[in-house]
Amino acid sequence: MAKQKLKRVDLIFSQECSCRDIIGAALQKSKEEIVSELIESGLKGRGGAGFPTGLKWKMAMEEKGNKKYVICNADEGEPGTFKDREILDRVATKVLGGMALAAYVTGAREGFIYLRHEYKFLIPKLEKVLVKFHEWMDEFDLDFRVSLFIGGGAYVCGEETSLIESMEGKRGEPRNKPPYPSNSGYLGKPTVVNNVETLVYALMIMRIGADKFKAMGFEGSTGSKLFSVSGDTPKAGIYELELGMTLDEFVKEFGDGDAKAVQVGGASGFCVPRKRFAETHIGYQGGLKGFSLPTGGSMMIFNSSRSMYNVLHNYLEFFEEESCGQCTPCRVGCQQLLKGIEAVKRGEKSQKYLSDLLRLAETMELTAKCGLGQSVGNSFSSIVENFREEMIY
Amino acid sequence: MRKRESAIVAAVEKHGKERKNLLPVLQDVKRVKNYLSRSDISEIAAEMGLSSAHVYGVASFYHFLDLETRGQNIIWVCKTISCYMKGSNDILMALEDALKIKVGETTSDGKFTLLQTNCIGWCHKGPAILINDTPYTDLTPETVTDIIGEYYKK
Repeated sequence: MAKQKLKRVDLIFSQECSCRDIIGAALQKSKEEIVSELIESGLKGRGGAGFPTGLKWKMAMEEKGNKKYVICNADEGEPGTFKDREILDRVATKVLGGMALAAYVTGAREGFIYLRHEYKFLIPKLEKVLVKFHEWMDEFDLDFRVSLFIGGGAYVCGEETSLIESMEGKRGEPRNKPPYPSNSGYLGKPTVVNNVETLVYALMIMRIGADKFKAMGFEGSTGSKLFSVSGDTPKAGIYELELGMTLDEFVKEFGDGDAKAVQVGGASGFCVPRKRFAETHIGYQGGLKGFSLPTGGSMMIFNSSRSMYNVLHNYLEFFEEESCGQCTPCRVGCQQLLKGIEAVKRGEKSQKYLSDLLRLAETMELTAKCGLGQSVGNSFSSIVENFREEMIY
Repeated sequence: MRKRESAIVAAVEKHGKERKNLLPVLQDVKRVKNYLSRSDISEIAAEMGLSSAHVYGVASFYHFLDLETRGQNIIWVCKTISCYMKGSNDILMALEDALKIKVGETTSDGKFTLLQTNCIGWCHKGPAILINDTPYTDLTPETVTDIIGEYYKK
């Protein structure tokens, strides 16, 4: 059962211990021990998709061949998300520590941080940290080197297969899955791709133990997570919170007293209206229409002065621009949804047209090739259904 | 005999001819030459043994690989909703006033190009912009005008 209370946690940015020692201690364990500890912890991908991390590492570990890769996905582009930037700025060694563990477990000797172009200002700092990290690797006798790969500016490259495509010198167009990267990733080799935050948690679980981690959160959504809070809030910023809180608790803590909606998970996430704050909590299960919403951590608060039409319009412009154009449902669907709500607003189409648009969004969810096109309908349907009158008048 | 351009030769030499190095090569050439012209694209393709169509396809996919001439400094104003709610439109207007250009244009002295972009990851400190690679946050029309002034002094 989900917990109701909002509880602050301090694992990601804690500086209480030497990162070098945590890595060293973890490397004393066997690969199998590390993987089973991770699986036991219930850690799921913190980029938003929520794939079990231990399982991902296990799959890559079991792949044959001596050429494997570890990639840290720092292509943080979801509107309203800014936690990975802060992690890389403040505790990059912890991220690299997580990468070292993944390398040790899978046998990868080469790793990359795929850094989004917008975060290039972090390069000098990261290069310094890498020098120190490589010294540690030599001390621990782990043959593993990490280099930076700078993105070209494309939201869709946060999707792991398009990220890999772009690293291979191609347009960042998502691949069909399967095969998954853990089986055939960068240059066709087994590849572990993890979000920045996930890698830090993998390391910290080795320090605190799976039991302590899974004591937080609730069944299926264990542990804590970073939240990027923005919008109508007096406390915009980054907060590490236990999973399972209700939006009611969240808004009490972070809202400005007048919150009418919270967008959970950015443009590709869900809009929750005030009347559902009490029954909605933050976690991974419940499916997309459920009341347990997954998120990469983007929490945008809107108060009653905001037009939800403007919010949706902004998201749709974003998707129309960032759709890679490869598959028709997404390429054409994004354009038509945007045109559609504009036409209804101008009165050129009747309000019944919104129902056609909702069906189109549903079709995109079913037929688009990757997570981008499949999730446009999340924000579209949840905003149109909950704020229908704002779309019309 | 094809004339080989030094910036392109250097970039390909530094990163290697394999296709996986295409993005770093394009980024290097863009940095040196300000933007990627059609002839740069063909040249890079020839140096790396790729088709021009492939290289153009890749170069045109990414926002920060400019295919048209840009000013010495590029200003990217975040247009995502969280910055918009904090007044990014006022920032944009202040920049248009200060530079006497519209979004998408370059100043006549070639100093600045003004563009918009999607979320740059500073939503808690909006409105935010990037000038080249440097983020500026918590902006007001006054502070952003001052920042432009500083660049003019450089």
